[in-house]
Amino acid sequence: MGLEYVRISPGFEKYMPKDYVDLVQYGQFGKEIDVQQLGQFKELVEEHPMCAGCFMAYFVRVFYASLPKPEDTIVIGTAGCARLALSQAAVPFIYGNYGDTNAVASGLKRALSIRFPDKEKDVVVIAGDGGLIDIGFGMTMHSWFRREKFTTIMVDNEVYGNTGGQESGMSPRGVQLKMAPKGKQFDKINAVELAKVAGCVYVAKLAPTNPKRIAKTVRRAILAARHFGPTFIHAYTSCNIEYSIPTEKVLEDARKREKQDFGFYEWMTDEVKEFFEELERKPEEVKA
Amino acid sequence: MPEQRVVDADYLLLEAPRERKFITGAQAMAEAVKRANVDIAIAYPITPQSEVMHLVGDIWAQGYLKDYYRAEEEYGAMSAIAGAVRGGARAFSATSGPGLLRGLEAIASWPGHRIPAVLGVLTRVVNAPLSIQPDNVEISYLLNCGMVVLHAENQQDVFDFTLASFIISEKVDVYIPIAVCTEGFFVTHAKGYVNMTPEDMKLPPRDPYKAPVPPTDCEIPPARIQRDAPVQKSNFMSYLIHAVWQQEIWASNRRAMKYIYKYLGGPIEVVNPDAEVFVVASGCAAAQGREAVRYAQLEGLNVGLVKVKSICPFPVNEVRQVLSKAKAIIVPEHNIVGWLAKEVKAAIPNSDAVIGGPRVYGGMTLPVELIMEKVYDAFGIKKEKKVVV
Repeated sequence: MGLEYVRISPGFEKYMPKDYVDLVQYGQFGKEIDVQQLGQFKELVEEHPMCAGCFMAYFVRVFYASLPKPEDTIVIGTAGCARLALSQAAVPFIYGNYGDTNAVASGLKRALSIRFPDKEKDVVVIAGDGGLIDIGFGMTMHSWFRREKFTTIMVDNEVYGNTGGQESGMSPRGVQLKMAPKGKQFDKINAVELAKVAGCVYVAKLAPTNPKRIAKTVRRAILAARHFGPTFIHAYTSCNIEYSIPTEKVLEDARKREKQDFGFYEWMTDEVKEFFEELERKPEEVKA
Repeated sequence: MPEQRVVDADYLLLEAPRERKFITGAQAMAEAVKRANVDIAIAYPITPQSEVMHLVGDIWAQGYLKDYYRAEEEYGAMSAIAGAVRGGARAFSATSGPGLLRGLEAIASWPGHRIPAVLGVLTRVVNAPLSIQPDNVEISYLLNCGMVVLHAENQQDVFDFTLASFIISEKVDVYIPIAVCTEGFFVTHAKGYVNMTPEDMKLPPRDPYKAPVPPTDCEIPPARIQRDAPVQKSNFMSYLIHAVWQQEIWASNRRAMKYIYKYLGGPIEVVNPDAEVFVVASGCAAAQGREAVRYAQLEGLNVGLVKVKSICPFPVNEVRQVLSKAKAIIVPEHNIVGWLAKEVKAAIPNSDAVIGGPRVYGGMTLPVELIMEKVYDAFGIKKEKKVVV
């Protein structure tokens, strides 16, 4: 159904909130949007209560603008900063319990496949470093081992931002944070390699310095999950509050980390590579 | 696998012909799942539950279910059940003791998420020191989350309660999960006679749009509360929304009672309603209570039984009425905390008539003689104890 459920029933246009009417008339539903048009169309997420200068909020904004089929997408999140924006978007969102995203997504995706075998319905998990690699680690890994067909995006701010700045497994070694008063004692976990070993068919790592690249990566991750198996994006989305990054230096920090340890990295199976070669060569013929 | 045809739920549950089979409790649960038109079952091993989920796996392999997998652990299994049910599927899982506690954060949130799933709870010891025997203290952890909790006495109950639970949980005015509990080993691994509906008939499929909270499937607008968490509003809104939502869940729980009457013959069964002394029991203990009533009858003592089938919603009015003139109320249980005795005491005005016990725990059997000791006490009869070594 997709588009049908977002459309306004005839005669009700004048009674619907203006925001909603705009969303249907000038939004992304049923259209291909170029992320560089941001600001020229009604976005799926506009208002959110995240901190000023939050790079995660920016990433989430670009993420929504990159969805290949927002009218048939369900986003799943967990406790943490990201869900503050995710839950405000005009895309169905599920907030379950702590760290359960990849288990909920497994059940949801399977249910949708049972009920709608001939329809494409995309399931995307967006959760933080804590949700995916600490508390939800087992469920994250096992969803990949089982080859569940959905996308996992880790918005890695290297800290438990929402609970007040505690160390996470993704915090860099030596960084002093709450619950790590002597500095973190072990290295940042290599999530990208874990994803590859665990069976993801498409894995990418990026610092969100280039919106076009974010869009392409998100789109590829979702399409590969739709057709082949689990996909994973590891995005650096700094916490300017807990890491005391002045608002105007947030992008500069991301560029620095891009040079240091978040250089753009993309890996995919041969099968997925062939798929994208075909798809991206003839975009008009093979519509997503 | 025989071709199964969908029949009306009321017909299947109340009128369809039944065939008598001699099977284990685990088989009875799987046989109910077989007839319930279940879309997906998610399993994780733990003794003594594993038997049930092995058998459910087998019927999936035979084509009765559309999907089945072994999850990473119980929290993952119960979270995936939540995902599947939110996606509109009919889902089933089962667990035991420590597994139930491991999955409890997810399970306890099912009612709030409005997840009409059915969960088999095949009880065993929790806590240390380790034992795998059928203590049922775990049921007490389920009593405060809003879900419906049924307690089956025997293999027949397991079949009937499980099959009916799929229908009751999906009723629009209920729409919360149901736990079908029974004692591990005593019921799951022992055989009893079960009258079963025909194998070639199944319940109608779940209609996820007939719901107070719609599924999240991009076919229908999602419920606002699911995506727009009240915690993000003002504290006042957060308190208020949580409060009314939880009130509605507990009201839904109470509304399940009329369906428990319709499909399970009511929340209690009473044997000898004019008795002076009552045994009030649930699950396996009810079977022993039944025996105690028989023993008492042989000795000319006027003893009755109240078997409690529904622990939550608790049949307060029904229990109160039956026990209004009871001289003594004996509550035998398979746990140390006496959760049933607490429920009974809270329900009746004459709570000092409640004798909290006998209780066996750690998975011990509950000999009828233990109940009879309390019966003799209640009648002021002194018996000589013979200890055979």
